[in-house]
Amino acid sequence: MKRLPAWRRGLGHAALGLAALIGAGTLAAGTAAADTTLNALFMKQAAYSEDDVRSMTKDFEAANPGIKVNLEFVPYEALHDKIVAAAGAGAQGYDVVLFDTIWPAEFAKNGFLQDVTGRISADDTAKVFDGAWSTVTYEDKRYGMPWILDTKYLFYNKDMLKKAGIAAPPKTWAELTEQAKIIKDKGIVKFPIVWSWAQAEAIICDYGTLVDAYKGEFYQDGKPIFDKGGSMDAVNYMEQSLKDGLSNPNSREYLEEDVRKIFSNGDAAFALNWTYMYNLANDPKESKVAGQVDLVPAPGVAGKTEASAINGSMGLGITANSTHADDAWKYIAFITSQPVQNKYAKLSLPIWKSSYDDPAVAKGQESLIAAAKVSIGLMFPRPTTPSYTELSNILQKNLQQILLGQVTPEQGMQTANTAAERLH
Amino acid sequence: MGLSSRERQAWALLLPLLVIIATVTGYPLINTFRLSFTDASLTGRNVAQHWVGFENYAYVFTDPDFGDAFRRTLYFTFVSVGAEILLGVLVALLLNREFRGRTAVRALLVLPWALPTIVNAMMWRLIYNPEFGSLNALLLQLGLIDSYQSWLGTPGTAMNMVILADVWKNYPLVAIIVLAALQTIPRELYEAASIDGAGPWLKFWKVTFPAILGPLSVALVLRMIEAFKVFDIIYLMTRGGPADSTKSVSFFVYQESFAYLRAGSGASYAVTVTLTSAVMIAAYIMLLRRQSSTA
Repeated sequence: MKRLPAWRRGLGHAALGLAALIGAGTLAAGTAAADTTLNALFMKQAAYSEDDVRSMTKDFEAANPGIKVNLEFVPYEALHDKIVAAAGAGAQGYDVVLFDTIWPAEFAKNGFLQDVTGRISADDTAKVFDGAWSTVTYEDKRYGMPWILDTKYLFYNKDMLKKAGIAAPPKTWAELTEQAKIIKDKGIVKFPIVWSWAQAEAIICDYGTLVDAYKGEFYQDGKPIFDKGGSMDAVNYMEQSLKDGLSNPNSREYLEEDVRKIFSNGDAAFALNWTYMYNLANDPKESKVAGQVDLVPAPGVAGKTEASAINGSMGLGITANSTHADDAWKYIAFITSQPVQNKYAKLSLPIWKSSYDDPAVAKGQESLIAAAKVSIGLMFPRPTTPSYTELSNILQKNLQQILLGQVTPEQGMQTANTAAERLH
Repeated sequence: MGLSSRERQAWALLLPLLVIIATVTGYPLINTFRLSFTDASLTGRNVAQHWVGFENYAYVFTDPDFGDAFRRTLYFTFVSVGAEILLGVLVALLLNREFRGRTAVRALLVLPWALPTIVNAMMWRLIYNPEFGSLNALLLQLGLIDSYQSWLGTPGTAMNMVILADVWKNYPLVAIIVLAALQTIPRELYEAASIDGAGPWLKFWKVTFPAILGPLSVALVLRMIEAFKVFDIIYLMTRGGPADSTKSVSFFVYQESFAYLRAGSGASYAVTVTLTSAVMIAAYIMLLRRQSSTA
C-alpha cells in the first residue's frame, strides 16, 4: 500500500472522527426514535403568550411520556405562508398548526389539513360554542379543534371618561364619536380612539366589526356588495372619525400590538382590540394605565344592533402530511381541554360554555367575562371563500387608500368590489 | 482538439462546484421557467398542471399593479444605489485622509453593513416610530416639523424612509471598495498634479476619479442587482403598505406564490424579474471584461 502524504492521512483521521460523530448522532436518534416528536406551529402575538403555550406543553409532555413537542412561534402575519410553504416539505413539516378562522376554506380545498370530524364527540360538540365550531368548519367538515375563542372588544380608560364627565361607556358607535369629541375638546388626549388599520388582516377585523354593527353583508346572492349598505356605512364611519381628528391618524400603520402600546401608555381613551389586551393593559409591568382599563362589547347602531363582534377565533389542526396524527390529536385535545383552558384564561377565553359560569375563571376579570357572554354570541364571520387571502388584500389596499385620502369611500369600495367580482 | 492536462485538472477541480450550482440554482431556475407556462398551484392535492402557453405572461404585462410595483422597484433601485454611491465615495475620500483614530473609524464603518437586515429594519422602525421615534423628536426640536409624522404610514414618505434605512446599511460596502481603490493611487501622481498647478477639484477628476472608476462601477452594478431584488427590508418595515406604496416586484412574486398559491403565475412574475436582473448582470460581466482588458 502506498504511503499517503501527511495531509491525506490527516484527512483520513478527520473522516474517521466525522464518521464516529455521525455514528453517535444516529445512536442518539435511535434511542429517541422509540418516542414521537411532534412539530407544532404557533403565533407570537395576541391570545395565549409564548410562556403559556410552553407551560401547557410541558404539562402535556409530563402526562404523556414518549411524546415530545417542538414548538415554533412566528408572527401572525407570517403564519399562513409558513403553513403553505411547509405543506411542500412533506412529512418533514409540521404536525400541528394553529390556523385562523378565515383559512379553512382555502386549506380544505388544497388539502393542507386532515379532516378530523370523526375525532370529535357529539358530547363535546354540544359543550363548545357554535361560533367556535364555525372557526374550524368548512362545508360540514371539521379541520381542527377550536382553541382561541376571540373577538374585538371596545376598551376604555375609566379615569379619562370620568375626567370628561362621562357616566357610562358608549353603547353605540355614534355615542363613541360624541364621547371621543368631549374628551378631545377637554384636551384629555389628542386622539381619543386608536385602531389597527395597517395594511394587514387587522384592518379587516376592525372594518368587519363595524359592518356587523351596521347589519351589513359582504355578499348578496353570491355577488360581492362591498360598495353598498352596511359596508359603506362602516367605511364612512372610519373615514369620518379620522377627518374629525377623533381617531389617531397613526392607526393607519398600526397592528394590534401597537394599539396595545398606545392605549397602555395613556395616549388613547378608547381602543378596539382582542381579549388579551384586558389583562396586559391592567398589568402595572406592561402598562402605565393599569387599573384604569375596562371593556364592553363593541358598540351597536341605534335601531339596528345592540352590540357588534367579529369572529377572530383560531383553531388547531393536523397537517395532511403528518405521520403522527393520533399523537398530534392527543396534544390538541389536551391543550384545548376545559381544565387547561380554564387554567390559562387570562389572555384567551375558553371555548367551553360552562367555563363562563365558573367563578375561578371569572375571578379578577368579571367585566371581561360579562362582555364575552354578549360578544361571543354575536361573532360575525369574515367572507368564507378559498380565495380569502387575495380578497382580504384587495380590501386592505382599497381601505387604506380611502383612509389616506387618496380616493373617496365610494371610489375605493367600487374598485374593491370590481376586483372581488373577478375572484372565483 | 484534446484538452491539455492542466485544463483537464482545472475542469476536474471545478466539477464539484458545477454540480452544486446545477442542483441548487440550475434546477430551480429551469423548473421555475417551466412552471411559468402552466397553471400550477401550491396545493396538497394531486391536481394536474395544464400548459397555458404565454397566458401568464400576457397577464403579467397587462397587470397595472405589477407595472406599478416595477416602477416602484426601479425608483428604489436608482435612488438607493445613487445615494449609496455618493455617500460611499465621500466617506471613502474622508477616511483616506490621515488623521488620528483613522483605524478605529474605518473599523466602525463596517458596522451597519455587518448588521443583519432584520436588526437594521427593526432599528429604523423604532427611529421612525410615529409616537416615540427619535427622528420625530430630533426634527421637532430642530424646528423642521411642527408635529410628529407617521413616516412609514404615509404613502409619500414610506418608500423614501425604507430607502434611507437601506442606504444606511449598504453605503459602507461602496465606501470600502472605493477606499481600497484609493489606497492604490501612487502619491507621486498627486505631487505631479500639484506641480502642474492643479487644485483639489481638478485633482479629483483627473487623478482620483479615473483610478476609482473601475471598482466603483463594479460596486454600482452589484448594488443595483441586489437592490432590484429588494424584499426583506420591505417585508420587515412596511409589508408593502401603506396602500401598496412600498410593494416591490419581489414582494409581488412572493405574494402571488405563497399568499395566493398560484405557483404558475408566480413563476411568470419571477421569470420577468429574473430577466430584468439578467440585463444588469450582463452589464456587470461586460464591465469586468473591459476592466481586465485595460488592466
